[in-house]
Amino acid sequence: MNFPLDLRNVVVALVAAGLLLLPLYSALSGNIFILTLFTRIIIFALAAASLNLIMGYGGMMSFGHAAYLGIGGYAVGILAAEGIGSGFIQWPLALAVSALYALVIGALSLRTRGVYFIMITLAFAQMAYYVASGLSRYGGDDGLTIYKRSDFAGLINPGNRVQFYYLCLACLFGGIYLIWRIVNSRFGLVVQGVRSNEQRMQAIGFHANRYRLVCFVIAGTICGLAGALLANNTDFVSPAVMYWTRSGDLMVMVILGGMGSLFGPVIGAVVYLVLEEVLSQFTEYWALIMGPLLLLIVLFARGGIMGLLGRMSRG
Amino acid sequence: MVDSLADPLLRVEKLVRRFGGILATDNLSLDVAAGELHAIIGPNGAGKTTLISQLTGQLMPNSGAIHFAGRDVTGLPSYRRSRLGLARSFQITSLLPDFTAADNVALAAQAHDGHSFRFWGNARKEKHLRDAARSALTRVGLEARADVPVSELSHGEQRELELAVALATKPQLLLLDEPMAGLGATESTRMVALLKELRREVTIVLVEHDMEAVFALADRITVLVYGRVIASGMPEAIRRDEEVRRAYLGDQHAVTSHVQ
Repeated sequence: MNFPLDLRNVVVALVAAGLLLLPLYSALSGNIFILTLFTRIIIFALAAASLNLIMGYGGMMSFGHAAYLGIGGYAVGILAAEGIGSGFIQWPLALAVSALYALVIGALSLRTRGVYFIMITLAFAQMAYYVASGLSRYGGDDGLTIYKRSDFAGLINPGNRVQFYYLCLACLFGGIYLIWRIVNSRFGLVVQGVRSNEQRMQAIGFHANRYRLVCFVIAGTICGLAGALLANNTDFVSPAVMYWTRSGDLMVMVILGGMGSLFGPVIGAVVYLVLEEVLSQFTEYWALIMGPLLLLIVLFARGGIMGLLGRMSRG
Repeated sequence: MVDSLADPLLRVEKLVRRFGGILATDNLSLDVAAGELHAIIGPNGAGKTTLISQLTGQLMPNSGAIHFAGRDVTGLPSYRRSRLGLARSFQITSLLPDFTAADNVALAAQAHDGHSFRFWGNARKEKHLRDAARSALTRVGLEARADVPVSELSHGEQRELELAVALATKPQLLLLDEPMAGLGATESTRMVALLKELRREVTIVLVEHDMEAVFALADRITVLVYGRVIASGMPEAIRRDEEVRRAYLGDQHAVTSHVQ
């Protein structure tokens, strides 16, 4: 990698700096909306980054990744509704339940490949959606309002907009650092090897599915964290966050930014959600513009925005 | 050489594999002694690759048994057999195209160096894995191409890399499925020279169409036709075998030209 000249690094550095300084701009300009918008973007970027771990690096096209947003969110919401407000209990539980769900779903889904894998992950996520809709004690279809954000005993106050923003940003940077370490580790090389040629990896002595499953669980757990953040951000959790179109949004962010690129999903989330925000101010048919745009990216910029930037830097 | 083997490294007993109505492996028995180079030849469609795939566990037999190093491995999946020291090269080159040559070999070394549930350290900076990769690459003459992505290697280089990957798993038995396939004359000569060296260190089962190479290398030869063993023995005996000649009627000169 040619560090100083690579456009990808320039863009990543600019986006990271922009995200770090955003609260300052928000405070100076009095634009609170932009802070709220970007808090949401950062949370979705974390979810997309976790999806990228299995989809981009592991070659597992999960179409049910939004399920973890709901599971993490409901873990926080249900505990809050039952009077357990401590984030030290809520968040680890959100992660644990997400991991457990991923373990069960993964163990079943990873017996299949290709289209069947896509369909079965989608089916499980839809099941989770309907289960949540049936939780009448916790709002059912209408969702569950969270009256008090997670309490971290004064360590950090998620009720404060700026503090919460930085908490989300720390989770995003931490998540990406973790994924970076994983991708270059022994484990990460095995997972990428299996994506590249599963039969070969078996032939040289790797039990491919065991590694895929662990990768699937790690990605689900990280996304569960995004779910806990999202519930705190909106003070609300509803079955809608698990709906299959949400999973589709996450896939689009990953593909748009660049599958298998570390920061691709962050760029993808920023571009996708900012575009959605801007376009929807002009027309309620914003999807009519977004759709063809995505088509162009998929057709002409394989490797997404990061792939495009990489090619531009090579000239 | 050994003809009746008391304790072979590989023993195949009455192996049967059907594909629909076709018997691809027909009651096949075969012994491979430790230290020998055992060639398997036969016309196209004789079931040579099907046999290799059953030996490595990519394909399960309908009946019969496979013993390797004194162990029944018939039901073991391929990754377990690899751990026991059974390595294969593929007829159609089957590498990891997105990785460099060194990565391909280092992963094979990693597979035999404990489990890979290590999530933190940079695997490409693990010296002993990289050293193992480098020495296997040197072995096959690819050391200068270590950092080249597989997709940019020539066909001949990919064949050599196949071999380096198999070697990096420190096999007891190397199953080579047509290592000369698609190689030019000079590349073939290099490959034969390489196999001549390797056979001193590791037991080899060689499936090959190149008769010149087979008769130059093999201690024993087994001839397959329609999934059955029609002859098995020393190269000289195979050359003179009437049934083998008949089976090779189409390209008879392939065998007879080696009869002195």
